[in-house]
Amino acid sequence: MSAMEQTRASSGGLFGFLDRSRTIAKPGFNRWMVPPAALCVHLCIGQAYAFSVFNLPMTKLLGITQSAPGDWKLTELGWIFSIAIFVLGFSAAIFGRWVEEGGPRRAMFTAALCWAGGFLIAAFGVSIHNLWIVYFGYGLVGGCGLGIGYISPVSTLIKWFPDRPGMATGMAIMGFGGGAFIASPLSVWLMSIYRTAHHVGVAPTFITMGLIYFFFMVVGAFVVRVPAPGWKPEGYTPPVQAQKLITKNDVFVYDSLKTPQFWLIWWILCLNVTAGIGVIGQASAMSQEMFPGRVTPIAAAGFVGLMSLFNMGGRFFWASTSDFIGRKNTYFVFMVLGFLLYCTVPHMGAIGSVAGFVLCFLIIISMYGGGFSTVPAYLKDMFGTRYVGAIHGWLITAWSMAGIFGPVLVNYIRQYNVTHGVPKAQAYNVTMYIMAGLLVIGFICNLLVKAVHHRFHMRPEDDTALATAAEAGAAVAARLTGKPAGA
Amino acid sequence: MPDTHQQNGTTTWQVVLAWAFVGIPLTLGVIQTLINAMKLFR
Repeated sequence: MSAMEQTRASSGGLFGFLDRSRTIAKPGFNRWMVPPAALCVHLCIGQAYAFSVFNLPMTKLLGITQSAPGDWKLTELGWIFSIAIFVLGFSAAIFGRWVEEGGPRRAMFTAALCWAGGFLIAAFGVSIHNLWIVYFGYGLVGGCGLGIGYISPVSTLIKWFPDRPGMATGMAIMGFGGGAFIASPLSVWLMSIYRTAHHVGVAPTFITMGLIYFFFMVVGAFVVRVPAPGWKPEGYTPPVQAQKLITKNDVFVYDSLKTPQFWLIWWILCLNVTAGIGVIGQASAMSQEMFPGRVTPIAAAGFVGLMSLFNMGGRFFWASTSDFIGRKNTYFVFMVLGFLLYCTVPHMGAIGSVAGFVLCFLIIISMYGGGFSTVPAYLKDMFGTRYVGAIHGWLITAWSMAGIFGPVLVNYIRQYNVTHGVPKAQAYNVTMYIMAGLLVIGFICNLLVKAVHHRFHMRPEDDTALATAAEAGAAVAARLTGKPAGA
Repeated sequence: MPDTHQQNGTTTWQVVLAWAFVGIPLTLGVIQTLINAMKLFR
């Protein structure tokens, strides 16, 4: 055991059961227990995608049946989700190393506290009708839960499934896409139960959901295990022949940020997400405006539901496929196929093919989900498994940026076209071509990805330096708390 | 009698239970979404 691991192992106390050393699997632990543990977290935090079901009820907190003066506006409420997604990216980056070194159980437990705590604080904000408290609760505290929870099982899954890293992370990240399927009907049902003549039932729904999610996530935290050092799946022999784009070395998290590969993959993710996220938010309106009279609001809602299913399914399908065709090739497929499909959409609108339009967007959205789920394995191939969770945390900032760029691109270009006399049915055409252009840039970025230079690889002396730093940190903490290091 | 499917300490039932714990709510949610999505084809 290295000095750093000893330092970690010896840190006991009230929350000693959360330590990485306490989560090392005993001989014979079945690795198929780990994906459900990861799903416990991802299915819960995936609720974020369903937050919009609270928007309308939250505009009637005072008026109950309809909005009254002083009630919150939809534009104000939209910030809750935006803050949460923004904080997701940055908390994943900031806490990535802490998550990686502290182990998955501590990270999952912390995510559970933040996520459930965010709901409880938001419930308080709703009950006293203070939107800033809701921003702080769901957006900031809950957003930290999102970020920490999102990256918490990634490296653990990759270590348990060295033979199928894409499939393993795809399963967990699929859960993030699927969380909304559970949260949306659950929220509506709970609000219908709690609704009275005097309130719309949002606050008690938040409290109930916070408690349910806390329970689920803590179960995941207790089930999760990390493999013992040197463990490998039965019958698995790591490839002997060196593969050009799959390293056997590790890169330290902060060193990875100095490599061109990290920033190329950052842009690949950002562009792929920008292209997808822009149409997700507009899918309902777009389908109705491109096919006026043929796609009703109810059918459009069905289209949105179908898109979310493909978003979830694509996460598993594409990440699993990447285990066979390679990560770089998978992203080439996203960029080339995405380019062709975005260019095809205006044509589908012109010939009035609803089926063609729907098919194009279902494939596009599956690749949007696939972009998220394949990227942890891409990072593992480039930077090794040791700090992949932390590096993934930094990469998630690309999502935060895309969350701003994507909807802005679609909304503003559409508005510009409409105000300049373009018929509504054709108002999205330029946007589609711009999205296709973004994917061309993504293609070039992917083309430029090469193996990381060996000067960035960790050496044995780096381990010693990290252990010394960890011990120094423990000693400082001991002085501050008055307890001896390791007590 | 030891579980014949036991793989080094974890029983098959534990794995099934763990997957059911996450799989049942997810499946119910997916079915609900599919029912709603069918409106597209009506």
